[in-house]
Amino acid sequence: MAHDLGFWILQALNALQLSMLLFLLSIGLTVIFGLMHFVNLAHGSFYALGAYFAASLAAVGGYWMGFFLAPVAVAGVGILLYSGLIKRMRKSGPMAQVLVTFGLIFVLLDVTRIVWGELALAIDVPALLSGRLSFLGVEYPTYRLFIIVLGLGIFAALAFVLGRTQIGAMIRAGVDNDAMAACLGINVERLFFIVFCVGCALAGLSGAVAAPLLSVAPDMGLQILIPTLIVIVIGGLGSLKGAVAGSLIYGFVQTFGAVLAPGLASVLIYALLAAVLVIKPVGLFPAKG
Amino acid sequence: MKRSLLAALGLATGLAVPAAAEDLTVGLLLPFSGVYASLGNEIETGFNLGLAAFGGETETTFEIVREDTEVKPPVALGKAKKLILQEKVDVMVGVVSSGVLGAVRDMVHGAGVPLIVANAGNDEATGAACSPYITRMSFSNGQINRPMGTWMAEQGIEKVFTLAPDYAAGRQMIDRFSQSFTAAGGEIVGQEFTPFQKTQDFGPYLAQAKASGADAVYVFYAGGEAISFVKQYDSFGLKADLPLYGSGFLTSPLYVNAQGEAAEGVITALHYAPTIDNPANAAFVAAFTAETGRAPSEFAVQGYDAARVLVEAAKAGATDRASLAHALRQVSFEGPRGKLAIDPATNNIIQPVYVYETVAGEGALTQKVLAQLPAEADPANGCEMVPLSN
Repeated sequence: MAHDLGFWILQALNALQLSMLLFLLSIGLTVIFGLMHFVNLAHGSFYALGAYFAASLAAVGGYWMGFFLAPVAVAGVGILLYSGLIKRMRKSGPMAQVLVTFGLIFVLLDVTRIVWGELALAIDVPALLSGRLSFLGVEYPTYRLFIIVLGLGIFAALAFVLGRTQIGAMIRAGVDNDAMAACLGINVERLFFIVFCVGCALAGLSGAVAAPLLSVAPDMGLQILIPTLIVIVIGGLGSLKGAVAGSLIYGFVQTFGAVLAPGLASVLIYALLAAVLVIKPVGLFPAKG
Repeated sequence: MKRSLLAALGLATGLAVPAAAEDLTVGLLLPFSGVYASLGNEIETGFNLGLAAFGGETETTFEIVREDTEVKPPVALGKAKKLILQEKVDVMVGVVSSGVLGAVRDMVHGAGVPLIVANAGNDEATGAACSPYITRMSFSNGQINRPMGTWMAEQGIEKVFTLAPDYAAGRQMIDRFSQSFTAAGGEIVGQEFTPFQKTQDFGPYLAQAKASGADAVYVFYAGGEAISFVKQYDSFGLKADLPLYGSGFLTSPLYVNAQGEAAEGVITALHYAPTIDNPANAAFVAAFTAETGRAPSEFAVQGYDAARVLVEAAKAGATDRASLAHALRQVSFEGPRGKLAIDPATNNIIQPVYVYETVAGEGALTQKVLAQLPAEADPANGCEMVPLSN
């Protein structure tokens, strides 16, 4: 099949849109890990919770209410979990943390089942973003463009905060050497807490953003977890640059793999993951040298 | 707990009066957790409504033991063993996934316990792997997709692009459709199988369908994937130039409302739609809506008819495993789906298939039946039915 330029532009946009969705999700996970050395496997569940909160809120006050309040609600859940569970787990080894957060996945999965039921929910795309835009000779759904713009916007904001502000410098210091940062008078514990909340809120936001595109079902958190982990392993743990690079690589490999080598579509990304682990086990852009 | 109490009560009354009526123990083998939990619940609701509606026609009483398969074949096999050996059930009803059916098939066949299949549609279950103890009251993958190929060709559609998840059922559904569509003179211009339950974004595939030069797209998706697919198909604006067809699970009443306006105009084929116009269906829809507040799906009617076939077998005098196996395959009746019978050659159901369009109704989406395709028996597909001993 010969394809024209429009086809490839369309596919590039598809890849970019998938990348941005994964970026929103993986940035929270990777910074939490980089700063706190805490493996939070339940991150995907926060994404699912975000989608459910958004669906419930959208039913009451429209899409934008879900969009703005779902991240806040998820951050609230994150605070509860942090003070109740995760704070106590900080000093226990990674194995215990993995087991606890892995267990949390199933607890939260069943909580969503009990609260919202088995049947998938839906959110409509807001009127402002429904329809399609024509440019460069292609027609593309406006909502997908919105996801791309939002992802780029969040990236710019995070790059600014981490790179140019005092709190960003403190976070970077904490990632680099938390003991030394604490000696210099940085309240590392409080920093952890803030970063954890922001990470949860971003997971909630990506859930709310993904909800109109996909379906809101109990197992959506499990489905997204593996791609997110692949992104942060390829990109390197703990760095913004790594999360962006990992997301872009995942999005483009997945999309163009499906077009160019459909038989290999589901294998390609895992092959790439294996290659990265062999050649550069710390990932492409690790936070620490 | 409840069960032992019931058993104790049964024992007490049994001591007082000599047993007048037969008691059949029914094992419900359904997923109540895992990805198909909603289907398990839907089938159980239908089954209970069926027993309530028709149970009074026989003296026989039915005791239900429910077990959760978790949609995991090894778990399901353990639960089937428990039902057969420990609970000593007379008959089992259920099985949503074809993987689970494959796992319990030999156990059921060897023990000689009749199993009424209430969903799993794998063609082989009533083909090469058929058993006189396995009676299917749901559908087979071929049964639904084969007539749609012929029908679409008759509507003047010449070139079709197909899409389905990459697993056994997805490939079987598309394969049966492609065979009859090309036999009727149609052409498949492109075919893609998406990684099963790993595909969140169908964008890349939709762009390919658009570029393929097809007249229409034919797909099989179910559950969460069906919702994402239909919404994304609409968001790319493909519906206007490239109408969407599929097997009816795509727009099942169970989740069509989550698809919303995106599902309008999608034309699919299935063995049931809640708007089929006959008195049996009107009674079923009324009972189901009173119970749940929404329209029944194909899964609910499968449970409902599984209960009905069990009652009919009891009415015919079946009292234990062997006589039930014998009676079940001879039952035929007019149900919500129209006239149903069991094909003695394969033990698969023979039923009409309905082509329906999802349209906007009063406040919610509804199904407009476009055509009723005549019931036909599946080819034997290598089934050599062993005669029952009695």
